[in-house]
Amino acid sequence: MNGASLSHLHQLEAESIHIMREVAASFENPVMLYSIGKDSSVMLHLARKAFFPAPPPFPFLHVDTTWKFKEMIAFRDRMAAECGLRLLVHINRDGLKRGIDPFVHGSALHTDVMKTEALKQALDKYKFDAAFGGARRDEEKSRAKERIFSFRTANHRWDPKTQRPELWNLYNTRINPGESIRVFPLSNWTELDIWQYILQESIPIVPLYFAAVRPVVERNGMLILADDDRLPLAPGEKPMMKMVRFRTLGCYPLTAAIESDAATLPEIVAEMQRARTSERQGRLIDHDQAGSMEKKKQEGYF
Amino acid sequence: MAEKDLLRFLTCGSVDDGKSTLIGRLLWDAKLIFDDQMRTLEAESRRLGTQGDGIDFALLLDGLQAEREQGITIDVAYRFFATETRKFIVADTPGHEQYTRNMATGASTADAAVILVDARKGLLPQTRRHSFIVSLMGIRHVVLAVNKMDAVDYGEAVFAAIRDDYLAFAAPLGFAGLDCLPISALKGDMVYSRGDAMPWYGGPTLMDCLEAIEAGSDAAALPFRMPVQWVCRPDANFRGYCGSIESGTLRVGDRVAVPSSGQVSTVRRIATFNGDLQEAAAGDAVNLVLADEIDVSRGEMLAAADARPDLCDQFMAKIIWMHGDPLLPGRKCLMKIGADLVAAQVSEIKHKINVNTFEETAARSLALNEIGMCNVAADRAVAFDPYGRNRGTGRFILIDRYSNATVGAGLIEHALRRATNVHRQKETVDKAARAAIKGQKPCVLWFTGLSGSGKSTLADLVERELHARGRHTVILDGDNLRHGLNRNLGFTDADRVENIRRTAEVAKLCVEAGLIVLVSLISPFRTERRMARELLGEGEFLEIFVDTPLALCEARDVKGLYAKARKGEIPNFTGVQAPYEPPEAPELRIDGDATTPEEGAARILEMLQTRGR
Repeated sequence: MNGASLSHLHQLEAESIHIMREVAASFENPVMLYSIGKDSSVMLHLARKAFFPAPPPFPFLHVDTTWKFKEMIAFRDRMAAECGLRLLVHINRDGLKRGIDPFVHGSALHTDVMKTEALKQALDKYKFDAAFGGARRDEEKSRAKERIFSFRTANHRWDPKTQRPELWNLYNTRINPGESIRVFPLSNWTELDIWQYILQESIPIVPLYFAAVRPVVERNGMLILADDDRLPLAPGEKPMMKMVRFRTLGCYPLTAAIESDAATLPEIVAEMQRARTSERQGRLIDHDQAGSMEKKKQEGYF
Repeated sequence: MAEKDLLRFLTCGSVDDGKSTLIGRLLWDAKLIFDDQMRTLEAESRRLGTQGDGIDFALLLDGLQAEREQGITIDVAYRFFATETRKFIVADTPGHEQYTRNMATGASTADAAVILVDARKGLLPQTRRHSFIVSLMGIRHVVLAVNKMDAVDYGEAVFAAIRDDYLAFAAPLGFAGLDCLPISALKGDMVYSRGDAMPWYGGPTLMDCLEAIEAGSDAAALPFRMPVQWVCRPDANFRGYCGSIESGTLRVGDRVAVPSSGQVSTVRRIATFNGDLQEAAAGDAVNLVLADEIDVSRGEMLAAADARPDLCDQFMAKIIWMHGDPLLPGRKCLMKIGADLVAAQVSEIKHKINVNTFEETAARSLALNEIGMCNVAADRAVAFDPYGRNRGTGRFILIDRYSNATVGAGLIEHALRRATNVHRQKETVDKAARAAIKGQKPCVLWFTGLSGSGKSTLADLVERELHARGRHTVILDGDNLRHGLNRNLGFTDADRVENIRRTAEVAKLCVEAGLIVLVSLISPFRTERRMARELLGEGEFLEIFVDTPLALCEARDVKGLYAKARKGEIPNFTGVQAPYEPPEAPELRIDGDATTPEEGAARILEMLQTRGR
């Protein structure tokens, strides 16, 4: 390969590696947020490449809401062992005590307490000054305007009106004590790029992304997986067995499956190219209100 | 799997040129607006849109609440679409005058620019400004899209007149490729498909243009350059230098130099996760193992041994100022260049450049969105190439040292050879020797506070007592200096900075001479007091904050200055029209309200004693 004809995946990879090295060299105590999904899987793979033959010089943090799919947790523990990761798992114990339940309290409160609050707790507890997140600019409108190095105040707030200009590949990594930076090395990747890269590099992902016959119930037009017995069923209701897979993974009560036969990576890529709905369609949290992502981000959500 | 290449371009145009509509059209025609997004868009268009019953694509793109409420685009946004052969990253930049910095940001990573013009309006001042910034940032390929052809009945003559205007205007900007074409983003003519409204136009559509532009830069053809980002040392047997190759190609066995130290070695391995490479090129993120044990740190550059970059601590550069507080020459900031971070200052503004007329005019400061030709002085030599020769190694950003805001972007013109030939004279009798003969430890007592706070009175009392004790002293009084050394300075922010810089330099010389220096100067800005502190050695700078409330200073008004200032006869008077930034951690704070001058002087002498001065 030479400079003039680098493939788009090769260029995206090089950009992400550059960003990761910049963080490792400039910050005292960085962390990589590991949410177990496909984007996190790509981030982990890139981190292993960026620092090879050294291991990634930072720990991986999973904010566990206790409502993740069981297969995700199993996959997380397997990857941590296989890659020799320093894995930190944080749960908002206070929220757990309060018995926050997305089925009872709704997606907004659940996300606020078990994700956003939990994340802030973990960042404060370990005093991380930089945190990698797997967000992409093609996901949502307010993300399209966020910097790759996104400044946060000591209270973890994002102010979209005072973002630092970001020129070339010269990232401003300077912060004062207590402040932090969220770093998004996958900013310029699209969902399709992610899948093509997973295919090209044979990156392991959670099996839920592949179509299989699974027990689901329908709620407001969304197919919800019966992942454990916390799913409330109407009297006499029984989960249906359907051939489904997930385009995106989060908390099982908040993440809808799609009907699909795509059981291999090439089939997923082909299905992606035909897709007529966006990825976040299956995320209940984004539908709460207009501009909800921007608001959540200002409050400290990733 | 289909191999695609990648083209990054930016779109620029004035408000209402139809930029958002064009991008919406590109995404729509590329089938990248999904059904659920379309349903939301239809609903919002009816509620908030400006297109009657039609789809308002701007709502799809303006992602921030403030933008949607005000109906304007505030911030640069990035969009993605792809064709069979190419992935596109679009930097969508606002057209408002006050957001020029966003355009420079979008242009910094782009290979090409699409400049939009409204067919009804022709070239506007913004068109000229955007073209200039595009050219300044080194973008070589420009597409001029004359939009809203549907609103001028698809008239060929309208298009031809605008095209000819633009070709004449853009000739001196030196674009390597320039396409002009008529489009209607709203109707889709000449965007993806030709449509049938403009049979008179035989040239390429916008997508034809975008697919034909050569992707990637010509950086691979330049000499090898790689700033070292991170040193990889997993164990005693491996030491690799990680970085992104900014230019050139590299093969195992090539000779590379570290310009800052002059060391030379040979590339032994190009290590990657997927096995060693024999060759790498511009754009690759690599890990290099050298044959010799030489010491290279983050921030240094590896460069072709037979074609090295410039190494200098002073150079001339075009600076785009991006912050609300103006650029003031002499004020220290941080410069990030490659992976290097170094203290630097703009030592002089040669002129500023009017982006509408390209005229060069004299300037003593640069305001937000202004562009100036400046001399930059770094605290030590850095490796670089002129931006015109190498986009990767001729650029830098400036960072404020206190807020850490990114305040400016710079494009290097050339090294100032003068600096490379001026070497410091070595001194035989030094500061310690001069102090020893006087039997004292020199230092600076820096009195800061409002006019009328009592600085000079205190300084005078302290000096009298020191003198009586046989100490060698000197007073530098701000007002007195303005009669001589600083006679040519006024009271603008820029002049205040220079006033303090000169005074601090004189104080430093006096300390070198072994004296105890008493500086009495309002010195309203933290940044400059910090600069003075940093000029001096550890423990030599003692900041005394004479903290007298403004009301009391004004009531005293010894020199009648407050009265004049209130009448508007003295502009920029500190405390009245101009700000005073109190010290955050002075060595001593004198409460000018509750302390008599004698008590204050006694406390200062006590401090000197405890500090062994």
